[in-house]
Amino acid sequence: MRCYHCQLNIPKGAHYSVMIEGQPRAMCCPGCQAVAQTIVEHGLVAYYQLREQPAVSQAERTTEMSVDSALFDDPGFQREFVFCEEGSDLRQAELIIQGLHCAACVWLLEKRLKSLHGLQEVSVNLTTERARICWNNQRIPLSQILLAIERLGYQAHPFTAGQQEQVRQRLYHQQLRYLAVAGFGMMHVMTYAVALYLGAFQGMEHTHWQFLRWVSFFVTTTVIVYPARPFFANAWRSLCQRQLVMDIPVSLAIGGAYAASVVAVWLQKGEVYFDAVCMFVFFLTLGRFLELRARQRASQIIERLRTLTPLTATCLIDGEERVVAVRELEVGDQLLVKPGETIPVDGRVLEGVSSVSEALLTGEHLPQPKSKGDRVLAGSLNMENPLIVRITQLGQQTVLATIIRLLARAQAEKPRMAELADRVAGYFVGAVLLLAACVMGIWWYLDPAQAFPNALSILVVTCPCALSLATPVALTASTNALAKLGFLHTRSHVLEGLANATHCLWDKTGTLTCGHFSLQQILPCRPINKAHILAIAAALERTSAHPIAQAFHGLATTELTVAYTKVVSNQGVEGQYAGECYRIGQPGFVQQLAAHTEPLTAPSGEGIWIVLGDKQGPLAWLQLTDTVRSEAAATIKQLQQLGLHVQILSGDPSPQLPHLAKSLGVSSAFGGVAPEQKVAHLRELTRQGAVVIMVGDGINDAPVLSAAHVSVAMGAGSDLAKTSADAVLLNNDLALLPIAIRWARKTKQIIRQNLTWALFYNVLALPLAAVGWVPPYLAAIGMSFSSLIVVFNALTLSRLPIEKRD
Amino acid sequence: MSSIFWLIPISLVFLGVAILAFFWAVKSQQFEDLDSPARHILLDEVTERWQQER
Repeated sequence: MRCYHCQLNIPKGAHYSVMIEGQPRAMCCPGCQAVAQTIVEHGLVAYYQLREQPAVSQAERTTEMSVDSALFDDPGFQREFVFCEEGSDLRQAELIIQGLHCAACVWLLEKRLKSLHGLQEVSVNLTTERARICWNNQRIPLSQILLAIERLGYQAHPFTAGQQEQVRQRLYHQQLRYLAVAGFGMMHVMTYAVALYLGAFQGMEHTHWQFLRWVSFFVTTTVIVYPARPFFANAWRSLCQRQLVMDIPVSLAIGGAYAASVVAVWLQKGEVYFDAVCMFVFFLTLGRFLELRARQRASQIIERLRTLTPLTATCLIDGEERVVAVRELEVGDQLLVKPGETIPVDGRVLEGVSSVSEALLTGEHLPQPKSKGDRVLAGSLNMENPLIVRITQLGQQTVLATIIRLLARAQAEKPRMAELADRVAGYFVGAVLLLAACVMGIWWYLDPAQAFPNALSILVVTCPCALSLATPVALTASTNALAKLGFLHTRSHVLEGLANATHCLWDKTGTLTCGHFSLQQILPCRPINKAHILAIAAALERTSAHPIAQAFHGLATTELTVAYTKVVSNQGVEGQYAGECYRIGQPGFVQQLAAHTEPLTAPSGEGIWIVLGDKQGPLAWLQLTDTVRSEAAATIKQLQQLGLHVQILSGDPSPQLPHLAKSLGVSSAFGGVAPEQKVAHLRELTRQGAVVIMVGDGINDAPVLSAAHVSVAMGAGSDLAKTSADAVLLNNDLALLPIAIRWARKTKQIIRQNLTWALFYNVLALPLAAVGWVPPYLAAIGMSFSSLIVVFNALTLSRLPIEKRD
Repeated sequence: MSSIFWLIPISLVFLGVAILAFFWAVKSQQFEDLDSPARHILLDEVTERWQQER
């Protein structure tokens, strides 16, 4: 049975349902149920028909669906990200929305928000996962808007454009403006050119002829002065640096054609090439624009990582609690971090005993115990008890920020393939310039009138734009398509590595397995009904946020009410039911309750054993194991079908490993492998000529991950601590790996196609231009067309086939 | 045909207006999201038809 809302399996014992269109639909948790109920109440049930993917599951939400209205409506806090107009109640803000992944979500959100009284405008951008809202502050407070978003199952955070974002936007806008001027100019000049060509055939009055040429000159000058400027600037800069870039022949062609045409207009004789110039500039600008857009999409994904740290924190000033913006904090301040909150800074614990989940940073899914003197990191989640933390690092100095910076820098690296193409382009450009000069010289001798146009055509026709465009556009299109599915790679060689891979090595815990615990069996120590034991255990664990407790949530068929429960960090839970005192958790902890009995020893078997006991002694042993991911077996089979050798390298010495390996279809599995041994094994494989993909999740895999050709990390949200990983499976969905490999192979194929076509076209058109069969305007069209073919071929990589889950 | 002497300048004025309008559109963030509006239209149409059928 699957939850109607999020399509995940409904755990045993969960009975939630919502009436949707007259039919009761099963839900997996109270969260999904609440969201579905909200959707029904507001008449937005069409969402379930329109959506292309299941909704984000609410089962793992640790924060409640509530909004701190005092905080978000405070004008001081709003100053950070809300824009107010003078003398008006209208306010504008941008929000980051988490959980959006298809157009139906956008529709749902916009429809719901538009129905709020006082909301003037709302526009949700799926690509950047941001929403712009404009509201009347007198009629509706911001907190109400945020609450409405939360109730639909999405999380909203205030958005402040970082510096990088502002630069990105400025570049994008500038490129759009260039495109507009070039495009409009081209259209006008081509109209005049057509008239001039017809006039050449049919005869035209001299004044009209002159007028049209002058007007062409006027419009083309606008195009030269504005959109063509970057080409000239770049060419000049490269010349000063003694580098040959393709902007050089481009600038020569544009400048040369323009200058020759100006002279022709002035002298009132000779051909004008204004139409060729404009077309050339337009198509070049178009190519640059598409490339910029594709490149920017990748970096916008990095921007989203910034939402990991909250904007506000509870500061302790003279013993009093005050909510402040994180921006105003200073090193040395004391913060109170409540359970369920994300820690916004790096710091040291002053008071409190709790466990902190650093899963987002290290991939370690068991929370780390933290007490006085321990270090905590920004981005980690406080699980059990309040902590008082003294700030040691803020903002850009935190470990988290460093990692984001490294990721961004890695993003900016040029792929080796593209660098190669650039170098080749350099030599090519030199050869072209030489050839053009030769052709001009020869034609000057034979027929001077044709010398210049032919040289021009050569320059235009051999423009290696297609060559230089071929690889980057394909790589960025591929990257973005995969990123949309949840496979995010940050290093440039990943696609190449994936395409050439021969072996795939897997870690076990946390990678092939979920990192969640599930109850495997109950071994009673006394003759008691298992269901009763389960009921008591579940009732005790209900209040704990520990991963072990998660295994019990929703498991019991009957819900018992306990008088009280007390969670003891990393030991277990104590509680009272029906007058009896119980403890569940570590053997030592439970032993304390029945001090007169023998010490408890756990039975042998896989996983973690916890014990439930009362004052008389142990009641039962409960075995918790890590569940294998449901898609693991299918993924491994697909990898093998793709021709890869699959191996498991696990640090876990469990004897269950061969059994697991067999169930997944893996023939070679090694257990109890130390990190150095993993690296050695990897090196051995590489020495034999293998190209290895390593998939792991935690800090203990770091050395191996940096040794593999392509390393893939698991990550709920993102597995940031491992900068040694090249790629991240954002949704922990293993099935993405074979998809990524298939797509990488296709990318390699398309790049090869593009390079072949680009070279073929250049080689073919060159002799034609030299001989004089290609007039400049035809050369411009041909070159632009060739570039467009390459770009469009590469863009086919943007559409990933979304496999529907059943 | 001498009309082109004033028709073309008029078209140039329009060109200027068009460019200014485009610049304004860029500034007011209308080009930020080029993907959702395409699906939007389809979604509204689908939901209207779907609601009529019920």
